[in-house]
Amino acid sequence: MSTVRGIFARLEIDERLLGMILCLVGIWIGFHLLSDGRFITPRNLYNLSLQTASVAIMAIGMVLIIIIRQIDLSVGSMLGVTAMIVGVVQTFWLPQILGGGHPMIMVIAVVCGITIGAALGGLNGLMIGYLGVPSFVVTLGGLLIWRGCAWWVTQGQTVAPLDENFTLLGGGVYGTIGETASWICAILAAIVIAFAAHRRRRRHISFGFPVRPAWAEIAVVAAQCALPLGFAAVMNAYEMPAVAAQKLAEIKGWDIPEGGIHIFMGIPIPVLILVALAISVSLLLNKTRFGRYVFAMGGNLEAAERAGINVKRMTVWVFILMGALVGISAIVASARLQSAGNSIGQLDELRVIAAAVIGGCTLAGGAGTISGAILGAVVIQSLQSGMSLLGYDASLQNIFTGLVLVLAVYIDRLYQQRRPG
Amino acid sequence: MATPLVEMRNISISFGGVRAVDDVSIDLYPGEVVGLLGHNGAGKSTLIKILSGAYQADKGEILIDGKVADIKSSRDARDHRIETIYQNLALADNLDACANLFLGREITSAGLLDEPAMEAAARKVIGRLNPNFKKYHAPVSALSGGQRQSVAIARAVHFDARILIMDEPTAALGVQETKMVAELIQQLKREGIGIFLISHDLHDVFDLSDRLSVMKNGKLVGTVRTEDVTKDDVLGMIILGKQPGAAAA
Repeated sequence: MSTVRGIFARLEIDERLLGMILCLVGIWIGFHLLSDGRFITPRNLYNLSLQTASVAIMAIGMVLIIIIRQIDLSVGSMLGVTAMIVGVVQTFWLPQILGGGHPMIMVIAVVCGITIGAALGGLNGLMIGYLGVPSFVVTLGGLLIWRGCAWWVTQGQTVAPLDENFTLLGGGVYGTIGETASWICAILAAIVIAFAAHRRRRRHISFGFPVRPAWAEIAVVAAQCALPLGFAAVMNAYEMPAVAAQKLAEIKGWDIPEGGIHIFMGIPIPVLILVALAISVSLLLNKTRFGRYVFAMGGNLEAAERAGINVKRMTVWVFILMGALVGISAIVASARLQSAGNSIGQLDELRVIAAAVIGGCTLAGGAGTISGAILGAVVIQSLQSGMSLLGYDASLQNIFTGLVLVLAVYIDRLYQQRRPG
Repeated sequence: MATPLVEMRNISISFGGVRAVDDVSIDLYPGEVVGLLGHNGAGKSTLIKILSGAYQADKGEILIDGKVADIKSSRDARDHRIETIYQNLALADNLDACANLFLGREITSAGLLDEPAMEAAARKVIGRLNPNFKKYHAPVSALSGGQRQSVAIARAVHFDARILIMDEPTAALGVQETKMVAELIQQLKREGIGIFLISHDLHDVFDLSDRLSVMKNGKLVGTVRTEDVTKDDVLGMIILGKQPGAAAA
């Protein structure tokens, strides 16, 4: 055990993250065996990644909220009202002005979604930061208010069908970037990872700081590069259903060879959106003053204030960011369902908070990672997807997910106690 | 003697009819430690908050290097290179020493935090004050009280403090830790920094101070040279508010 720990120490890997990855692998293998080999398949993993995207995008924002020792219970309802408005705008309003199927409909709808989300988040932030109402109360109110508003937008009617370009953002049958682009993205990602690691190492050496041994550095970078490459390989192994492929070829005017056309899906667009957001917000959180102040506020609000940080304004910005991410999530979720109903996003706030907490955010504030929260979202979605694959209904899925949440936090607590600091 | 670093002359301040500080004058020279003593409510914290810019005096003036200084905010105080180290240290527990040292004044390049540059600077300044300090990457919650003081003091020193205000710097520390802080203070004195030590406990500051100013009920009882008095003399000043006969400086 001590030598294993020694190797990890040399690798400087976050043991917690590694533990979670192992946990996830365990869950996947378990479901794979129980479902007679139906879980770890390109098709199921493709769907899993789609189902995870919406919650994971919101979990990114929830990490920052929890780090500054706040909470946002209103994200699911905010998603609902935003999706409804965006649905109405693109289905009822814009086609009358621009004509149905106009390419700008999607663009305007997206801008609309992000703006509405950011505005609702900003409203939360103002009340919490400047009026001093506790975030639990403000967002509990928001949970009720925005869900009610979601109903009022159309008096409860579901808005469908959504704009065709818009639904691509949900990653349906055609909502991927295709085989070649997937490989290009993955290879570019690997190059960036390797280059960044090299640069960081050189800079540390130039300042005379300790660095990992070369073998450890290479092992870590290789593992990090394997992630995008492996993901692209799996997504590229999922073949588009024959009917859909046929139709796509007809639309694009491709020649259909003998024996039918074979098209592989590649990385779905919502996952690409998720990855882009995760990287951007991680940079914001770990490499900028803004992120440093977010952590400082969670660690010691008074110290942050004395250091000259405008904590009220920071609070508003963190909630605006959360809202904007909710807006994007509303776009992805409604695009995936190809409709907007007033119950969309219901209970998402709990999944989002659970993802962040399983991913290592402590509600006491000051700690949390975006990669952990996304992993947490994958864990939750894996449980739900795996159980529905096995034929368990929603009530059992909820019971099991709840148990896992409590268990995960308990195990983490034991771990923290064993290793103080 | 040379010009005092700080002179607070005839300072008075009232809050809703209560005279918290009543016509008090104190001074501080470069490389000197002045202990500011008194019971809770004696007015010492209020007086020092006037210097750090948190309050503004109703009457009196502050001179820095012999020139009248108009200190209206903590920013003004900072511009006069006055830094305050608070009792609860004002450190963010979850951040490491470097992050705390630069909190609010981070070094950036192209908009991103320049961690190596900050770490190099932190190692330089903390290493000078406390050569035994090693835990640059641990969150400060994992540091001992003395190490945390090192970080807080380094923070002030790195940003060129000339006048340091320390509020009960050894109150919560053990014997070893107190010794560590005492050494830090000696080091700061050698660098010509003037220090006000504020405490309600005589034993915390007696051995560290060159002079002691004692306040009671908002008034200055007197200022004495530490070498001229005994602890009992000073206790008499704090409790009874009486000036020890010949010892006045």
